[in-house]
Amino acid sequence: MRIDKDLVAASATPLVLAILAEGESYGYAILKRVRALSGGELEWTDGMLYPLLHRLRRHGYVTTDWRTPPEGRRRQYYMLTDEGRRALADQQRQWVTVTRALNDVWPGSGGPLTALGEA
Amino acid sequence: MESAESQIAEWRAYVATAPGLNGHDVDELEDHLRHQIADLNAVGLTADEAFLVAVKRMGELDSLSREFAREHSGRLWKQLILRDEDEPARKSSDWFETLVFAVAAAVVVQIARLAAHFPEEEPTWLARNSSMFVLPFLAGYFARRRQLDARRLLLTAAPFVLAALMVNLYPYREDSATDVLVALHLPVVLWFAVAYPYMGGTVGSHERRMDFVRFTGEWFIYYVLIALGGAVLTALTALILEPTGIDVEWLPEWVLPSGAAGAVIVAAWLVEWKQRVVENMAPVLTMLFTPLFAVMLAGAAVVYAVTGLGGAFDRELLSVFDALLLVVLALVLYGMSARDPSTSPDWMDRIQLVAVVSALVLDVMVLGAMIARIGELGFTPNRTAALGLNLVLLVNLAGAAWLAARFLTRRSRLHRLERWQTTYLPVFALWACSVVLMLPPLFAFT
Repeated sequence: MRIDKDLVAASATPLVLAILAEGESYGYAILKRVRALSGGELEWTDGMLYPLLHRLRRHGYVTTDWRTPPEGRRRQYYMLTDEGRRALADQQRQWVTVTRALNDVWPGSGGPLTALGEA
Repeated sequence: MESAESQIAEWRAYVATAPGLNGHDVDELEDHLRHQIADLNAVGLTADEAFLVAVKRMGELDSLSREFAREHSGRLWKQLILRDEDEPARKSSDWFETLVFAVAAAVVVQIARLAAHFPEEEPTWLARNSSMFVLPFLAGYFARRRQLDARRLLLTAAPFVLAALMVNLYPYREDSATDVLVALHLPVVLWFAVAYPYMGGTVGSHERRMDFVRFTGEWFIYYVLIALGGAVLTALTALILEPTGIDVEWLPEWVLPSGAAGAVIVAAWLVEWKQRVVENMAPVLTMLFTPLFAVMLAGAAVVYAVTGLGGAFDRELLSVFDALLLVVLALVLYGMSARDPSTSPDWMDRIQLVAVVSALVLDVMVLGAMIARIGELGFTPNRTAALGLNLVLLVNLAGAAWLAARFLTRRSRLHRLERWQTTYLPVFALWACSVVLMLPPLFAFT
């Protein structure tokens, strides 16, 4: 299944915020997590993640920190802020509303709402 | 392994050339690429294969660079690179269009000068309207460049028409003070009116407002440069012609007004198209002058705090102080618009805070002196305008100082400070508007 480009773009922000809500992370790890979560169905162009992360930083949803882990190279870590948590909660409400509406017109599909844990 | 490293180095060098990406971005992307290659190696791909797949997954550099530039519009003007995507390439008739507008402004100014018999006579309508002869052409120039639709064209023209009517229909008395105030404030009003076509009508966008601040600063730099060059050229022409016995008395009064008017458009064109040059120059200039002004302001604040105000604050000094405060505000605004918002607070931010706080102290003292004077002698147009300007500045500086202090102690982000300034811009516009439109009738055009 190929997921529509606009849908990928729209889901990118809540996905990244939700992943960062699990704990601080860095670019490549975030992308790996997206792949794992979607079973490889969500195809992102890797580089595009970074402008998105920088936008989240500009809006104050995440803070960043350059650190050098013991075994690796210097890299930038992203951490969710309280404002980011609020934005995530807001996004969740929006997506739940959208999926609930879709659920109602797609009888018997049972799908998206359970996926969001809101059934 | 040797070849993998050199491949990565080559890729890095290639990515670093893309506009919109800075060194940190490239570091981040390189780290990503290395991870990806390592993971692909681990599942059995050869070094070459892993590199190719990893680069492919990273995405095309063009679209990546565009995406970065879209996010970091401050680093590089987005309209410059976004244009190659959305709009057809600029024609070479571009400079011709600029020239038409510049010449039109120059001719109109000249006609006005001849009609007023300047400099033999100095009718007040000439000073009052001087910006009206030039800035509509700048607005028209941007309206054309941004290809505004009919509704936006009307909205662009409206403030100019309205201002032209009000400024010229008001029955100013002889030697009226409001007349002079209007002459001083109308350029500010019209400059804000130019912002509308400049932003292509999207005046609500804070990013575009910051772009306009940046444009204003860079336009000013270019304008000063053109003025300096023009002055040298005029002086040399006069000197060269002198021995021939040709009368050069007429030269300044023809060349100066037209040159000054045409340069307004040409400077705007230079800002738009020679962006990179100023991009390097402007941060250097702010970095040079912000500390100097900070020292001067802090010194002045201390001296005045110690010696007290006394009779020192006469009218001329008050206007000098107002000019000084405006310069500080301009430096801070412009420095902010040229700053990379993603970096942490550094010494420049501290110096800027010193400048803002000193300016704030001075502003409070000026206000105190002004209120005392008004309490003693009552309101006049000049005092009202000065009081209003100082109040507007006071609120702005206080907000800026508070947010800058929070930013320095890492309790707030630079974004907030930028927002404060871009949100505040309409206040300046409204104040200038009310001086032009409301002050004259309030004081019965005296």
